[in-house]
Amino acid sequence: MATQTQVIVNPARQRGWLDHVQDWVTTVDHKKIGLMYIGYALIFLVIAGFEAILMRIQLLVPNNHFVSPQDFNRLFTMHGTTMVFFVGMPILFGFGNYLVPLMIGARDMAFPRLNAFSFWVSAFGGLLLYFSYFAGSGLYGAGTAPDVGWFAYAPLTARVFSPGHSTDYWTLSIFISGIGSIGTALNIVATTLCMRCPGMKLSRMPLLVWLYLVTSGLVFVTISPLTAAQIMLCIDRYLGGHFFDTQAGGSAVLWMHFFWIFGHPEVYVLVLPAFAFANEIIPVFSRKAIFGYPAMVAASVGIGFVSLSVWAHHMFTVGMGPGPNAFFTFSTMVISVPTGIKIFNWLATLWGGNIHLTTPMKFAIGFLFQFLIAGLTGIMLSVSPFDWQLGNSYFVVAHFHYVLVGAILFMIFAAFYYWYPKMTGRMLSDKLGSWHFWLFLIGFHLTFDFMHIPGLEGMPRRIYTYEADRGWTLLNQIVSSGAVFQAIATLIFVWNMVVSYFKGEKAGPDPWDAWTLEWSTSSPPPSYNFATLPVVESRRPLWDRKHPEEPDAQYE
Amino acid sequence: MSTAVALTHEQIEEWKQPSRGIVGMACLVIAESAIFIIFVVAYLFYIGKSLNGPTPREVLEIPWFASICLLSSSITVHFAVLDLRQSRIGRFITWLATTVVLGSIFLAATAMEWYDLIYHYGLTIRTNLFGTTFYSLVGLHASHVIVGLIMLGLALVFGLLGKVNAHHAERLEVVSIYWHFVDAVWVVVFTVVYVVGR
Repeated sequence: MATQTQVIVNPARQRGWLDHVQDWVTTVDHKKIGLMYIGYALIFLVIAGFEAILMRIQLLVPNNHFVSPQDFNRLFTMHGTTMVFFVGMPILFGFGNYLVPLMIGARDMAFPRLNAFSFWVSAFGGLLLYFSYFAGSGLYGAGTAPDVGWFAYAPLTARVFSPGHSTDYWTLSIFISGIGSIGTALNIVATTLCMRCPGMKLSRMPLLVWLYLVTSGLVFVTISPLTAAQIMLCIDRYLGGHFFDTQAGGSAVLWMHFFWIFGHPEVYVLVLPAFAFANEIIPVFSRKAIFGYPAMVAASVGIGFVSLSVWAHHMFTVGMGPGPNAFFTFSTMVISVPTGIKIFNWLATLWGGNIHLTTPMKFAIGFLFQFLIAGLTGIMLSVSPFDWQLGNSYFVVAHFHYVLVGAILFMIFAAFYYWYPKMTGRMLSDKLGSWHFWLFLIGFHLTFDFMHIPGLEGMPRRIYTYEADRGWTLLNQIVSSGAVFQAIATLIFVWNMVVSYFKGEKAGPDPWDAWTLEWSTSSPPPSYNFATLPVVESRRPLWDRKHPEEPDAQYE
Repeated sequence: MSTAVALTHEQIEEWKQPSRGIVGMACLVIAESAIFIIFVVAYLFYIGKSLNGPTPREVLEIPWFASICLLSSSITVHFAVLDLRQSRIGRFITWLATTVVLGSIFLAATAMEWYDLIYHYGLTIRTNLFGTTFYSLVGLHASHVIVGLIMLGLALVFGLLGKVNAHHAERLEVVSIYWHFVDAVWVVVFTVVYVVGR
């Protein structure tokens, strides 16, 4: 009896690792769920990065036999699917989950249990995709992991051409993770609209929250079409339907439309949160308020709408005719207008600012330049005759990796260096951060700058090898060598996170002298976030508190 | 680090934001609409493209009665919410029960229609493009009707057990938004399948 009483009286001392596991598995706290999203995305980032390395080794020399053609198909399919659905989406939702309630002065998301459900459903989707490596053969012995490419064009996905279960794992895992994405997006919208602290009008919300609102709105009209298309594919594969069955009059091009109605806005679902991080990080390290807040909000909403009308620029090579080609060329070029507004506003924020070149700021500036270049090759590809020449070439691969790595991943790294102190209470090492930044920058440019050239010379994407007399060998070797730099830099980053967690400098609540509400509470924040709900008067509530003699509220 | 300029007490009292239940349901409706739009587009795209029969004109009857039942259930559920808000529990239960009955009639009519199509006309999801698109679109809608009926049925059971009062009006309103959405979708499906597609 006596010992039992002691257990009850002194629970903290008796908590084993199982209690911690139970804490995390059953939690509905937005911060813990956000961290789980981020952790699970990082695991998949390493897996999908490893797949990229394998592909780069295969392409290092002509006529290589490092992996078989079949395995190569699986590698690029799994790399693409994983990076989009199980790295990009969860890592951005993770940051959103963690930051949105803190930034609007709320104690949790609008629907905490839905939040936990969404996370676990998404996580299950990722596990299901990789379970295919063990179970994809099924009874047919016909291949393991999915090998249909990340956009899985019909009729390759039909039962006849994809026997076995690998394609089923692909479609089901995306379907399931889609449910999770819609749940989280719904939660973010409801949180933003219904849980703001007193005084936090929409016009005073941090831009990060605005961008997450737009992103989440976009998720509804983006992920849902994909979900619908996956239902149709399941009907075709399981029930013998004919949606994409050309033998019965079905259309393979319809799948392309449905996929890219998802696929292109998805790019903006991924890049808007990267913009969101830039909107918070660039002003703080320029020591200036963001330039043109209303223009930034309008540009974000504008991007959200225009992004819904550009999808068929992925299909110029299909032969849609002059009308659609002209329309989608035009709409794709139009989207560079709001994007340009953003770039100019960031530049104007930097202009005349007292720039602090901390690690997050270095990544943010890298993002600015690289995103600009990615946008310029995007404008090149939006011209349909140009696209006819380069569609499905390495130029396209280089272009979208420039967006996904050069812009989005750089901003994700910046976000890690910026908010890691808030999440753990310890600073990441600046020295290791510098190594990470410079090595990654060099590796990125070696890989993706030079990847454009074999594309221009006609190297198609997704080929598992090439002939020695094509003249692509040296370029591919440069590209592959860049991958080594990036891998080493990423390992330094992981090492930095591990070491700093135990030995990093203590951060305190507000290490960057920042202005948004998450820095007003302790690091890491208590489970209830704020002991008393904050009241805000302006877009920079912490500025107002630190400078009561000259609050922002006077000028807005 | 104290709060710089505190709002007055009245201003905080005035701080009103939309109900999260209604916002959440509105988001779900937007997401679901996108799913339905894709299915409707597929249906419209494949009209008249089946390589073999039967065709819609040969086999489809316009389901007037079922449609009237489903659409009027939108009105009854609206009355149920109004009565619950004003604590008229008896009338609330009557209206809710009527809604559930009307929804069930619709579902039964769909079941009978499908039975007819499958056993008398030999139209299944595998027969042709019409079968594939028809069963998917109408089936997707019917599955939403089933989900709605489960939610309304639960509310009815709780109502009959005497566990529902005016405090729950907002929750019932959230369910009713879903039900209105299901009805609105039927207007589109009806137009596409039975008017345009026939």
